[in-house]
Amino acid sequence: MTKVDFNSLDIRRKAVDQVGVEERCARFKSRSIKKDAKIQGLKMALNMIDLTTLEGKDTEGKVRQLCHKASHLHYSYDGLPTVAAVCVYPSFVKLAKSLVSNKGIKVASVATAFPSGQSFLKYKIAETEEAVQEGADEIDMVISRGKFHQGEYSYVFDEIASVKEACGKARLKVILETGELGNLDAVYYASQIAIEAGADFIKTSTGKIKPAATMPVSLVMLEAIRDHYFRTGKMVGMKPAGGISNAKLALHYLIMVKETLGEAWLNNQWFRFGASSLANDLLKQLVKQESGMYQSANYFALD
Amino acid sequence: MATRENSNLEVMKTYKLFIGGSFPRTESGRYYPIRKKNGDLLANVCLSSRKDFRNAVVAARKAQSAWAGRSAYNRSQIIYRIAEMLQQSEDSLVQEMVSLGYTPKNAKEEFDYSVDYLVHYSGWCDKFSQMHSTVNPVASSHFNFSNPEPMGVIGAFAAERRALIGVLEAFVPAICGGNTVVLLASHKLPTCSITLAEILAISDVPGGVVNILTGEREELLSHFTSHMDVNAFQIWDASKEESFVIDQNSTENLKRVRLYKSSIRTRLSPYRILDLQEVKTTWHPIENISGSGASY
Repeated sequence: MTKVDFNSLDIRRKAVDQVGVEERCARFKSRSIKKDAKIQGLKMALNMIDLTTLEGKDTEGKVRQLCHKASHLHYSYDGLPTVAAVCVYPSFVKLAKSLVSNKGIKVASVATAFPSGQSFLKYKIAETEEAVQEGADEIDMVISRGKFHQGEYSYVFDEIASVKEACGKARLKVILETGELGNLDAVYYASQIAIEAGADFIKTSTGKIKPAATMPVSLVMLEAIRDHYFRTGKMVGMKPAGGISNAKLALHYLIMVKETLGEAWLNNQWFRFGASSLANDLLKQLVKQESGMYQSANYFALD
Repeated sequence: MATRENSNLEVMKTYKLFIGGSFPRTESGRYYPIRKKNGDLLANVCLSSRKDFRNAVVAARKAQSAWAGRSAYNRSQIIYRIAEMLQQSEDSLVQEMVSLGYTPKNAKEEFDYSVDYLVHYSGWCDKFSQMHSTVNPVASSHFNFSNPEPMGVIGAFAAERRALIGVLEAFVPAICGGNTVVLLASHKLPTCSITLAEILAISDVPGGVVNILTGEREELLSHFTSHMDVNAFQIWDASKEESFVIDQNSTENLKRVRLYKSSIRTRLSPYRILDLQEVKTTWHPIENISGSGASY
């Protein structure tokens, strides 16, 4: 792969209209989705989930449980899709792969000294390569926010490009950790850098920092994707992660994607939710649509 | 001619709902008027929808384990605190009851009884469980004991004709035993329930432990009784039609159902607390029965 010089690229800082973004987001929340459309939306959201466990206390047992949940979402509801992927730490990739690869579920691994990203590039690359070797279909990397704040944008760019190279065939999701970037202008700029450096997906957050995914931040990232698509004709995926735990909010995100990027992005090839508790809320709402009765957590498996 | 005293513009109070410790309006945007005896408007109150109820159940569920996890002594202190705060609002509440149609004497009587009611149950918080717990004789080498545990989230329809004590009956014994409550106040006399909610909000009662809705029984009954996350349902003065719906819907998650009749001096009894408890029996293995000479 030929190395691209960051300074030769036409990436410009753009001022984002924060008030406008917030008003636009408020409008997404005012759409009313009922009956069949709602059921379709809930199933679609379910199929877009990266079911995630990223805890220091994760054990093999926990990962097994997660993988089982990923492919057996409900004991009696017919015609449910599976989730899109399970997302784990690199050390669990092999195990997860052996459990879900025959079910059409992908295995995503975080890498590059997740969640802080404060390590040496050579280790980040080695970690990525190792995870891919173990069988990861997708790599979720974090950008170096510290370097970004120091204005070393070319470092951030080169790092993403090197990790992308290390990924080989695995798809690369680039986590911007928007909660640490400060403002929407920076979010848009970081999105551009990640996209130009070769990201297959851009992702909001690690889930370790608050605020995690919010609608305004996601909208700005979606617009960066759209602007790139209009310029180059190339699609880039989007993954909001962290803080999306109820079905209603997930439907609002789907509306936002449809109205910003269009139908082409409404599948798990191009859009994902990074979540763990969202799956159960979607299931509760699906069963509620079917039975007419509000559901209790008692009747749904833990993840 | 207007005098200086009565020239002030009357500020009418907005009666909202009480969900999760805050006072939202109904999401449906609907309301209904409450009138004084002479036909003047007393207030517009919220006509709750099933979504308000659903939100209230979510709030109640969220608050339940922390409420049950508090020490019984602390729950007792908090319920006593409600009595203290209620006592200091005597004038305004009695006046409100009079404007709803009570005679001053009846209003005062129900108010005084309400304060006593709170004090009575605050005392039971850390005592009912030893009253209802047992050590059971069994024929194997186990130490076997049973004790009551809170059921979880309780739905309640308060008495229709008791503006204040009706509301208290619907939640005090329940929260005394560590449950959280979603209750629908009297349709005709709802304003005291919201005034009481304002008292709860300054009585150290954690948000979500008591949630109060105003609206129509008929509209909300099937939702209260069919919700899978409501563990028990209690109702005062249910009609025949209502009890039929309750019986039918509550089978879905084997909801416990309690039907009560309202009276001016409602029953004070620790068994009201037990009505909303599950009994848990523990079998604890021991090596040698009666090794120490004890009788169990």
